[in-house]
This record gives sequence, structure tokens and C-alpha cells, in this order.
Amino acid sequence: MSDNSLKNLPGGFKGMSQDMGSDQTAFKGVQWGKVMMWIFLLSDTFIFSCFLISYMKGRTSTVVDWPNTSEVFSLHVNGVAVPLLLIAIMTFVLITSSGTMALAVKYGYEKNRKMCGWLILATAIGGLTFVGMQAFEWSKLIHEGVRPWENPFGAKQFGSFFFMITGFHGTHVSIGVIFLFIYSRKVFRGDFDKGKRGFFTSMKSDYVAIEILGLYWHFVDLVWVFIFAFFYLW
Amino acid sequence: MSDEYNQKNTPIKAQSSEITSSSSGSSKDIDYVRPAELPEQDLYHGHSFITKWIFCQDAKVIGVQYFLTAVFTGIVGLVLSWLMRLQLGFPELVPFITAEHYYQFVTMHGMIMVVYFLTALFLGGFGNYLIPLMVGARDMVFPYVNMVSFWMFFIAVCVLMASFFVPGGPTGAGWTLYPPQAILPGTPGSNMGIILMLVSLSLFVIGFTMGGLNYLITILQARTRGMTLMRMPLTIWGIFTATALAMLAFPALLVSCIMMTLDKMLGTSFFMPTIVQAGEVLSYGGGSPVLFQHLFWFFGHPEVYIVALPAFGIVSDLISVHARKNIFGYRMMVWAIVGIGALSFFVWAHHMYVSGMNPWFGFFFATTTLIIAVPTALKVYNWIITLFRANIRMNTVMLFCLGFIVTFVNGGITGIFLGNVAVDIPLSDTYFVIAHFHMVMGIAPLMVIMGAVYHWFPLVTGRMLSEKLGKWHFWFTFLGAYSIYFPMHYLGFIGVPRRYFEMYDSPYVTSAIGMNEFITVAALIVGFSQLIFIYNIVVSLSIGKPAGKNPWKANSLEWLTPEVPPAHGNWGEKLPVIHRWPYDFNVPGAKEDYITQTTPPSEVISAEVEKT
Repeated sequence: MSDNSLKNLPGGFKGMSQDMGSDQTAFKGVQWGKVMMWIFLLSDTFIFSCFLISYMKGRTSTVVDWPNTSEVFSLHVNGVAVPLLLIAIMTFVLITSSGTMALAVKYGYEKNRKMCGWLILATAIGGLTFVGMQAFEWSKLIHEGVRPWENPFGAKQFGSFFFMITGFHGTHVSIGVIFLFIYSRKVFRGDFDKGKRGFFTSMKSDYVAIEILGLYWHFVDLVWVFIFAFFYLW
Repeated sequence: MSDEYNQKNTPIKAQSSEITSSSSGSSKDIDYVRPAELPEQDLYHGHSFITKWIFCQDAKVIGVQYFLTAVFTGIVGLVLSWLMRLQLGFPELVPFITAEHYYQFVTMHGMIMVVYFLTALFLGGFGNYLIPLMVGARDMVFPYVNMVSFWMFFIAVCVLMASFFVPGGPTGAGWTLYPPQAILPGTPGSNMGIILMLVSLSLFVIGFTMGGLNYLITILQARTRGMTLMRMPLTIWGIFTATALAMLAFPALLVSCIMMTLDKMLGTSFFMPTIVQAGEVLSYGGGSPVLFQHLFWFFGHPEVYIVALPAFGIVSDLISVHARKNIFGYRMMVWAIVGIGALSFFVWAHHMYVSGMNPWFGFFFATTTLIIAVPTALKVYNWIITLFRANIRMNTVMLFCLGFIVTFVNGGITGIFLGNVAVDIPLSDTYFVIAHFHMVMGIAPLMVIMGAVYHWFPLVTGRMLSEKLGKWHFWFTFLGAYSIYFPMHYLGFIGVPRRYFEMYDSPYVTSAIGMNEFITVAALIVGFSQLIFIYNIVVSLSIGKPAGKNPWKANSLEWLTPEVPPAHGNWGEKLPVIHRWPYDFNVPGAKEDYITQTTPPSEVISAEVEKT
């Protein structure tokens, strides 16, 4: 933003109403892409909310008992069933990748190309690990006979909702991972420093794109926290 | 600044601080507008035919593409309605219309008209064309995403149309697609038909999300200098609020589509209870059909306002321009649009009074439904007060606006009947409901669309439409639509149920048969009279009267581009600077009866304009 008049805007509620009442932009100094991501995430929140509310409705109204989640999701280590072990590791990896993403944004704005690129790559690898562990968990459940349409441990809706919602979330993570790999390549190549034009959009690249991707990544993590709570702790 | 400072009428006694700013000297002070915050938008200019007209990133071309595609699907929907009416008016006259086909026509007509025609036309068509022009932007903020949005919509339409040609034909579950029947054998199109419908809807939602993000962010973040939110034309407010609703309502549709697709293809039981079919217990069990209804109507009710709010906004502008008067209660209109939008998320279960949900729910949803009547009535009063003692030009556009107000009031009043649980239960699933929603969200928005086409055709093509043909078109459409839907209220009162293929020997037949024949004939005439409209458009494209700049003497920005029709980038060298709202018509003290949004205060120093 070239304009200095944006430096000394009043804060708080007064500042917000003043911004809303002003011309040109409602969110002063916020790039278009960032607003877009926030509004998209709001819309996406409604998608996940609909999924989770449907899950609550399905779980509370089913006639067959819901399976005991701490048994179904437990992992056998040396013959001892440890509940939530795999999920704890998955959640830890995903939350850690949020941390590396936040650092990548910081180094990006500092134009520290190397650090930024490595941290994005670390985030991507964290996401990939998460997806890999999720694939492991899916295959374990499938081996035990859980299917979207049936479930040997209790209500058949368990399988349906579990595969659908974690699958939808896993798709989000996978899309994020793909973009993280692309972005780490772009950072290492210096696209954001040179303002290289995008292959599809033909618009100039800017480091703000990393923050926008970061917003998406943090959102995916946040959604996971809710899925974790509702599926594994309930 | 001191727009309302008037040297002639308020000499020295005026004490406001504004005097000091303007009396300090040059006219530049009262014309002050904040400097530009944003750098010039980087635009991709197409060079070849493909990048200019097919995979085009110019919002205006995308708007026309959306418009034409939506009109094409709308014509398919119209033909389907003829086939339905033929069966209802003259049962078994056409041997080709069997019960299965009849239900397929009902379903496809409903879904096409609501989603692929009206939503796409208002938001994709008018939204794309008008938003950048009316807020003073060079284009949408993400032109590439905007282009992808249209092609997603195009693919969604292709998938929808493909369902006519698959084995079993399109789905015949009714446009609400209620499970379990939508995906069980016995319902027409319960295999490929329903799957293609669900896929098509999902694609539509994805495509619309891309477009919707563009509309919202262009309005929020890409307005020109001086364009505050409260100086935007009401058209933009309507489209903005409708898009915001769509961004929050379509997720519910997407989720219900995904879940039903899984029920159909993987045999999950999200919406499927235990079912015995032909003496055989199906593998489904434990799901909740009412959950689908909640998800569907959480989308479905805001969808009504996604169609209605742009119509409200556009009609306000058309009335104001063609009655040469400012819109009465602009701020009230804005807050009414926003309020209706917010309330529309709390009324969905009034579509489900007979679904067997808890009666207390009905009580709550009846209350919220009736509360919506308050802002809606405010808007109707404001339109009428705008017309009161105005300098009305009785042209085609104005006729369509008046037609809108009449149909909308009619449909709105029957909505109050249906919003009450006790009245709704006997009327539910009768032709009264059909009459209600066709009046309020079929004919009323259509009136606006047609009025808007007559109004903006000169802008898009540079030529006027024929007024004479336009007036014929209006009277055929308006009187014809009333002949169709007014008798349906009566049919509903005597209890004729909707969605019945034929009445056979039921007691309704004697009194309903003549009326059904009349309605069918009227429907055919109204449908064919649209050929006048199409003829008018096609002929006027080449031999219409050249429109020149600003033929309606309107104030809003879209008429003030350096070239008409506007070129790519809209504004030539410099972006326009805005000094006022778009409703300064017949201002006392002004030389002409309109002051455009770009006219600086110093040029109309003696005019008593509203401070906006």
C-alpha cells in the first residue's frame, strides 16, 4: 500500500465503523487475496459445521449403540491397547506444521528466501505425514471390517460419518500439501522476489500469497481440532 | 464536505462548520475526495478470439456468457412447464407424457428455474456485468477465477442437461429431492438421473463460490474514490447481500448433495431409515430423512432471498431512474435488504411444518417468518412513496417495475397465510403454495429481469429495444402470468393437491377441470409471447435505435464510461471520482433533472442535494 494516510487510522470499534463508512476499501490495507481467503474460510466453516452437526444428529438418533471410540481408535503396542496414540501423534504433527507455517510467513515478509522455503517444505512434509498416518488409520479400520455402509462394532453410521468427514478434511490437507510443495518451489526459485507472473492467472506474485496459504493451513488445523474432539474424545 | 451548502438560500446565518471549509476559497476544497489507496489494477488483455470471447477474463463478457447460458436453461425450464400444464389441463392428450415423465418435468423445471436460471442470471449475469461498472472498478478483483467460475457453471449445466439422455432419464423426485424416495427404485431417474443432478449441483456450488468471492471482494475492496458503501446503488446492495447469503447457504446444499451421493453410490445410511421394499428389507437403516430436509431448507430458504434481494435492489434503481425521483428512504432500503438477508437464515423450517417435527419448532419458525414481513413491507411502502407525485415515465421499464410491485405484494400476502402453522397445514401441498411461490419468486423476479433487460440493453449493445414491442411483451406477460397463477389460489382453496399427475375421478375434477384448461392455455400463450421479447432483442441488436451515451439520463456510474458499450478496463485512462449517491433526480436548484455521481459539488453549487 503506497498511501501513508493508512498509517494513522483509529483502532477499535470507532475505527471499524469509520473504515466501513469510508470509500474504496472496507478493510484498510488488506490485500484482495487475503479478504478472499477469509471469506472463503467462513464459507468452508459452514461446510464443516453442516458435516459435524449432521454427525451429531446421526450419532444421537441412531438405534444401534455407537462403538466405544477409545477401543476402536486404539493402537496395539507390544500387545497393550493404547487409546488415542495414533491420533495424538497425528494431531501433534499437524499442530507443529502450523507453527512452521507461521514462521515461514514471518521469514517470507523478511524476504529471507532460504528460511522461508525450507519452512514451507517442512510444513508440507508435516502435512504429508498427517495424510500418511490417516491413510494408515483408514486401512487399519478397513482391515477390521469397518466400511462406509457397515460397522462390526456398532452403528453403521459410525463408518459413514468417519470416512466422509475425515476424508473431506484429508482432501483439504492434501490440497494444502500440493500447494505447499508448489509454493516452496516458487520461493526457492525466487518468484516472489521478482514478482513473476502466475502461469494461469498472469498476475504478479507477492509474498502475501504465503500468508494467504498460511491462513488456509491454520484453518485446516483448527477444523482438525474440532473433528478430533467430536470423533475421538466424545 | 459541504454538498448541501447553498449560497442562495442560506446566507450568513448558517453556522455549521462546513461554511468555513467552503468559504475558505477555491472550489477545489468542496470537491475534495480522499486520494487513491490502491494501485491501478493489473489486467490481462486478451488478444485472440478465444481469450477475448470464450475464455474471457472481462467481467462484462462473463456476465453476458452467464446471462445467455442461464436464459438457455430457462427456456428448457419453460418448455418443461408447458408439458406439465398440457397434462394437467388436458390429461392424456399427449401420450408421450406419462406419470414418470411428468415427475421428471416437475423436478427439472423447479431445479432449473430456481438454481440454474434465476440465481445464475441475477448473480452471475447482472452481478458480473454491473458490479465493476457500478462501483467504479476496472474489473472483478480476480478475473481469472471469475472466468473459471463461469466455466464451472457451464459444466454444471451440461451435466444437468446430460441427465435427460441417460438410461432412466432425469430424476423425478421433486425439486426438493427428498430422500429416501429420491434414490430408491420406483422414483423415475433414481439411478443415473439423481447422481447427475447431485453432481451438477455440487459443481454449481463450487463454481458459484468462485464467482461469489469475486463479487463480495470487488464490492468491499475495489470501489473507486468517493464511493462509500452508502453511495452504492441499491442494485449493488441487493447483489452483495444475496451473494453473502449464497456463500453461507450453499455449503448446506453441498453437504446434503455429498451425503446423498454417498447414500446412493456407497450404500451409507445418512438419510435412510430402515426400509421394506416389495417385502424385502433393504440394507439401509438408522438414518434420518428429516436431517436432509433441515439441510436442504437451510439452503433452500436463503435461496429464495438470493433470488429476491437482487430483484429488490434492481427494481429500486429502475423505479428511481424512470420516475425521476430519489429512492425514498435509501438507508432504510439498505438496512431492510441486510435485515431480510440475516433473518432468512432463521426461517427455514417453515417449509417443514408437515414433516412431523416438534410443534414448538413450528411456533418459533412461524414467528421469525412473520417478522420478515416487516422489512419487506417497508420496502414496498418505499417503492410506492418513491412513485408518489413523481415524474413517472410510463415506458416499458416502468411498466415492468409496476408489474413487479403488484405481483410481489400479491405473493407476499399469500406468504403471510402460509407462514402461520395453522393455516399452512390445510394449504400445504396444494396449488395455493404453487401460486404463492410462483408469484413471489417466479413472476416478481422475472418482471425485474425483463425490466432490467429493457433498461440495460442500451448499455450492453449500444442500441435501444423497441418500446412498442416491449409494451406488447409486458401486457402479454403480466396479464398472462396473472391468468395462470391467480386461479391457482382458488384451486388450492378447494384442495387440489400439487404434484399429482392426474385427478382421475376425484371430487375436485368438476370445478377444477375448466380452470385447469384455462390455465394451460394461458401458460402456452405467455410462453409463446416471450418470442416477442426474443425477436425484439435479436432485431434491435442490428437495427435498434442507437442509444448514445446515457439514454435514460441516469446518475449511476455504469452509464458514465468513456465508451458505450464500455470497453475492457471500463474507464479509459482515469478512474471516475464519486461525489454523491446515484439518486440526485429533480434536485431543486439544479439546471437539469439529474446530477450524475461524478459531478463535483462546485458544478452544482446552487442545487439543494442530499448529503450522502
